[in-house]
Amino acid sequence: MEHAETAGLKIVFSVWFGLLGLTALEVILAYRQLPLETMLTVLMFLSVIKAALIIAYFMHLRYEQASLFVTLIPALVFILIMMTVIFADSSRLAHMRSLVQ
Amino acid sequence: MSSSSGGPVATATHGDDIGVWGGGALPYAVPSKKLGMWLFIVSDAITFSAVIFSYGYLRLAATAWPRPFEVPSITNATVMTFVLLSSSVAMVLAVRASSIGKVSAAVGWLVATALGGVVFDILHIHEWVGLIGEGVRPFHNPWGTPMFGAAFFTMTGLHMVHVTIGVVYLLVIAVGFGRRKFSAVDVEVSGLYWHFVDLVWMFIFPLVYLLSAKTA
Repeated sequence: MEHAETAGLKIVFSVWFGLLGLTALEVILAYRQLPLETMLTVLMFLSVIKAALIIAYFMHLRYEQASLFVTLIPALVFILIMMTVIFADSSRLAHMRSLVQ
Repeated sequence: MSSSSGGPVATATHGDDIGVWGGGALPYAVPSKKLGMWLFIVSDAITFSAVIFSYGYLRLAATAWPRPFEVPSITNATVMTFVLLSSSVAMVLAVRASSIGKVSAAVGWLVATALGGVVFDILHIHEWVGLIGEGVRPFHNPWGTPMFGAAFFTMTGLHMVHVTIGVVYLLVIAVGFGRRKFSAVDVEVSGLYWHFVDLVWMFIFPLVYLLSAKTA
């Protein structure tokens, strides 16, 4: 009642099939002989699409006020980007290991 | 008892006598419980991210990360993913039924959602038992790179704890909604939690299983 509009059943089931399809695509990709970095990029790209579908339609965020989205999501994305600073150190460790061997 | 559960959320309805600064306006136009769950989800997403990024750190720094998951394990994890995604659809249907007052349908879909969680847990415990049988421990495994076990058990274990808590949460809501103790908003808020648990798995599944599939 409080929602002016919500996802109709047709949309819900389309999203469901889309999510199942993307999952199947990921599993097929896992058996392709791709370099690990390419594989990681492609799989994460697909997973972000799946997460966005779940947030938008199942968690209903698409139909909420924009203020809720603006409060929740950009700050989270910012924190996730800041967390990537640790990876410089892991490549340093890998480099040091290669020197020892 | 409180007007926040299930009551009108439009800002204009009781604005005059309470006023914006007295709590008369809801800036996000959602009930407080729902906003609370959203804030919890964001903080929980950061917890999961910290664990997932730690795994990325370890894997990048390692010379060779084990890829022990053969076809049966990948099949098992794929089925788990399908089960969790389908339980999310059952949850959507529970929220829809509860919002239009179909109590027994809502309770039925809630129980179906919880059942999906139970199936997910059973399949995942089966995978754990298999790995433990192969000799994987938090700081030791047969394939080298000792931290593999720590990363695997922490990520999948934290997620399994969330699924298990979710199953209990959904059953409590199902019983309470059936007895008219909880409102449709309570069902919707439990749905947010369940979809989030599903969402996290969409990252753990490819990162933990697919990137460690035994391909050769």
